[in-house]
Amino acid sequence: MKFTEEHEWLRNDGDDVIVVGITEHASEQLGDVVFVELPEIGTQVTKGDEIVVIESVKAASDILAPIDGEIVEVNEALIDDPAKVNSDPLGDAWFFKIKSADLSQMDDYMDEDAYQSFIG
Amino acid sequence: MSDLETTPLTALHRALGAKMVPFAGYEMPVQFPAGVLKEHLHTRAAAGLFDVSHMGQVIVRSGESHESAAAAMEALLPVDVLDLPEGRQRYGVFTNETGGILDDLMLANRGDHLFLVVNAARRDHDIAHLRAGLPRCRIEEIKHRALLALQGPKAEAVLAGLVPGVASMRFMDVGVFRSDHGELWISRSGYTGEDGYEISVGAGEAETLARALLAHEDVAPVGLGARDSLRLEAGLCLYGHDIDQTTTPIEAALGWAIQKVRRRGGTREGGFPGAAVILDQLENGAERQRVGLRPEGRAPMREGTTLFKTDGAGDPVGRVTSGAFGPTIGAPMSMGYVPAALADPGTRIHGDVRGKRMPVTVANLPFTAANFKR
Repeated sequence: MKFTEEHEWLRNDGDDVIVVGITEHASEQLGDVVFVELPEIGTQVTKGDEIVVIESVKAASDILAPIDGEIVEVNEALIDDPAKVNSDPLGDAWFFKIKSADLSQMDDYMDEDAYQSFIG
Repeated sequence: MSDLETTPLTALHRALGAKMVPFAGYEMPVQFPAGVLKEHLHTRAAAGLFDVSHMGQVIVRSGESHESAAAAMEALLPVDVLDLPEGRQRYGVFTNETGGILDDLMLANRGDHLFLVVNAARRDHDIAHLRAGLPRCRIEEIKHRALLALQGPKAEAVLAGLVPGVASMRFMDVGVFRSDHGELWISRSGYTGEDGYEISVGAGEAETLARALLAHEDVAPVGLGARDSLRLEAGLCLYGHDIDQTTTPIEAALGWAIQKVRRRGGTREGGFPGAAVILDQLENGAERQRVGLRPEGRAPMREGTTLFKTDGAGDPVGRVTSGAFGPTIGAPMSMGYVPAALADPGTRIHGDVRGKRMPVTVANLPFTAANFKR
């Protein structure tokens, strides 16, 4: 698992597919999540694009595409049950899967130890 | 946060694990570990304890008679102060010469004086305004008392366990009670749409009183986050957001707070700042109006969202002044201003959310029925 400074986690599921969610730290900071807007399957995204909107009881925030690629799956269950983002951010509450031809962009990100010291 | 003021309960908030934020010059709890959603729902189901010590507590006293203080006060706000019985409280607004709202407040008749609770961010303004407007009255800012709010259907049973006299109070009654925590100034009121009390307590006794209330299994601490979603569900205005110096009480749908004697044809008609504008709007309607808004779908329409008549081109017709997710209604909710022609409940308009025109329907306020003990 890799981690971004935007508090996303990235897991390589094989076949060049990366699963993306947010960390426990991020879900705690957001507070109770009440709305999630997901990208369309098939969307071509560039690293840094805002592709998910999360609304919590406090504010709206975005999830950025962590790498270039194509959205191949989204977690529709979050639309009806956004609270999953708080109850199981590292498991059931993944947001999207992205297929990339160039996984070398993953090397830019932190491993778990580095992320833990990043959030202090 | 060293330049921020604290309240007598700041240490308790920290001990309870609150997340503290700056608010109106104070360091205040925005949420406790349970989180905004659970704190909100707990208040509607049982009882929530809020620290509202940042709000201004002010005593207005005349050297002559209570009537002269009440009469003088009527020159500052479009409220019937003279006929407010002893032991009763009423909501009101200070107005300016153009009919705008300088602040909203609670005002109680406590026999030989008036007791006011004003917004934290407007306290200094209001005190200066009172001193300038009421030169023959003594304006005393109460600095050494905390203010707690206990809100929710279990509030009566909980507080009556400590102060038996409160059970027989009705909505908007006020009284002074002796207790194990010193002299308490209690009103049966609040700002959540629930039954409950606001309790002014000496700074030195505030924490033991708060702990005694929290010791009850029905009581949980609640932060400013849930206070905001509770008041919004209850259709109540937040000063500086839903009302300010550019909105009149009539535009803000607060005409109910102007009693008959202060309206046209009343025995003490007008006589407050902005009376010409406000009384004209009361009779003929205002061009725009504060309304409830129910966005379709689950995405909240937050403060600042621009409103449009249609999903096509055209100029904006209004703006959202408060918006959040309503935990009790399980849906997003907003308040905002729209032209009178679009203010009827059921009217479908649109709001710009992240560049997309999203449908939103004008709705009756409050979003949740009030649960007061009248």
